[in-house]
Amino acid sequence: MFSQDRWQEIFETIRKNKLRTILSGFTVSLGIFIFVVLFGLGNGLKNSFKEFFLDDATNTISIFAGKTSKPYKGFKADRRIEFDNSDLEDIKINFPFFLEYITPRISRGAVVKYKNEYDNYTTRGVAPSHQFAENTIIMEGRFINTLDINSNRKHAVIGRLVAQDLFDDENPVGQFIDMGGIAFKVVGVFQDDGGDNEERFIYIPYTTRQQIEKGNDKVDQIIVAFKPQLGRSGAVAFEKKLRKFLKEKKSIAPSDPNGLFFRNLTDALEQNQQFANVLQLIVTFVGLGTLIAGIIGISNIMVFVVKERTKELGIRKALGATPKSVIQMILQESILITTISGYVGMIVAVLLLKNIGDGLEDYFIKNPYVDLSVALFATLILIIFGGIAGYIPAKRAASIKPIIALRDE
Amino acid sequence: MIQLKDLHKSYQMGNSSLHVLKGINLDIKEGELVAIMGSSGSGKSTLLNIIGMLDLLDEGSYELDKVLIKDLDETKAAQYRNRFLGFIFQSFNLINYKTALENVSLPLYYQGVSRKERQLKAMDYLTSVGLADWATHLPSELSGGQKQRVAIARAMASEPKLLLADEPTGALDTKTSYEVMDLIQKINNQGKTILVVTHEEDIAEMCKRIVKLKDGVIVEDKKVKQVLAAQYV
Repeated sequence: MFSQDRWQEIFETIRKNKLRTILSGFTVSLGIFIFVVLFGLGNGLKNSFKEFFLDDATNTISIFAGKTSKPYKGFKADRRIEFDNSDLEDIKINFPFFLEYITPRISRGAVVKYKNEYDNYTTRGVAPSHQFAENTIIMEGRFINTLDINSNRKHAVIGRLVAQDLFDDENPVGQFIDMGGIAFKVVGVFQDDGGDNEERFIYIPYTTRQQIEKGNDKVDQIIVAFKPQLGRSGAVAFEKKLRKFLKEKKSIAPSDPNGLFFRNLTDALEQNQQFANVLQLIVTFVGLGTLIAGIIGISNIMVFVVKERTKELGIRKALGATPKSVIQMILQESILITTISGYVGMIVAVLLLKNIGDGLEDYFIKNPYVDLSVALFATLILIIFGGIAGYIPAKRAASIKPIIALRDE
Repeated sequence: MIQLKDLHKSYQMGNSSLHVLKGINLDIKEGELVAIMGSSGSGKSTLLNIIGMLDLLDEGSYELDKVLIKDLDETKAAQYRNRFLGFIFQSFNLINYKTALENVSLPLYYQGVSRKERQLKAMDYLTSVGLADWATHLPSELSGGQKQRVAIARAMASEPKLLLADEPTGALDTKTSYEVMDLIQKINNQGKTILVVTHEEDIAEMCKRIVKLKDGVIVEDKKVKQVLAAQYV
């Protein structure tokens, strides 16, 4: 298979049949090129969509406390339910199978000052894993960490717009801000794709917030994230179990619709996800279509090439070429051509996509790209089908008697 | 060298079958130069194709150099052709994108001869047919006679036991025909067995034996006094 002599023979054939080589190579290059570019643009469209609608983590359930509406176990109706730190621990202990992470959220408004600048902002007392729930992107410094939580440190992570408003061009990290009369050290600045409002938050450790409020352990809201691999049905089951568990713990009547409120993001995002899936389907369909067109193209060319060579193959056979060597020659040649030209087409397309970059953002195409594995896979498919497309006519040509092939003028 | 016994061959033409060879018995010794003559449809090309293992026989037996040629699959046939036989065709059948030298070295490629040796040998044979200066030319740049001489060099290159020529002068003018025949006679004089299919009397008379075919049987088989082509050249 790898004898140098045979390759030399193939290279010679290729060199001396430039038109044929260019024709079949071009088909493959074009096929791969169009596939990669279309697929990449489709991915770009998907990216834009994701940015618009799928900002936050989609595997979270938010739990709020409210007032009960039914008496239960000796408690009267209209009782206010409150969460505290023990609820966080209990959920962690009881649901390890479902739980990916859990974070409280205590929201409070505050006047925040730095030097002469001040404004009203919402602060959120949170745990470190809150970063994943909101997809908070750290621009500078860091997010709240476990150490902050454990020692109730007065550290704050401020939104990009907060930093812009209060600090102008100054680097906020390391500076102290005044929040409702208490000094907090800024340890990080974040951005959030969810829009301007989300970039006006200030995150602080929830334990610090609790300490400021006379050392209580109350929590407004609990955000739990389930393991994504559980899927939608897993999320629903989790929510059900969680509801039952918390109602029991808080002595709320099982039939009481109030007292606890759940917001499962999977529900809200199900629709958007579906739309994204349709987009993905279209992208895949377009890609597959071009790939099939490419396969048909290369098949046609291979049939033509073998037909054109029938007489040559007859001569070779009369001179002692075995059918196997004839097939091998055609296959090796076609695989060589498709591999090289497929690779060239792929590289050119990837370069083009890279060049486009974010240049088409106005057309809702953001960061078009193709996974290298997808591009390689497509190239491989074309090579394989180019091989098959060459093999079938080559086998036929190799099996016809040389006398018939020679008669074929 | 060749022993044919009661050779039959028919072709299936739709529903009817065409009986082309109806019991051919032929014995050709080493070093002979045999002309196979006959009008078109007499079966002479079919006979040559069977001897050349380009086609299979239906009935009878065929022995080449004491090897019984039987039950050939394509691979075996290709190997036998490569080892035993050299072909010269009416339409030359050179590969048009290969130079004269590359065409001559092609059978050696299929014999597994190394590239360097191949080229040396091919050059020797090209020289022997007087075309050393044309080694790097493509067939399209050669005249008909030159093409046929390249084809003869190619047929000789694999050092076959038997040369088969199917109307080798059919596409050439008289003068060139005689030049080609002169070359064939010279090769024969070196001891090579050669079979020439032709329908031209003057070409046949340049061989040492004439076998005449008519309607699939041998009607005449005679030794002749060879006319030397060299006297016309």
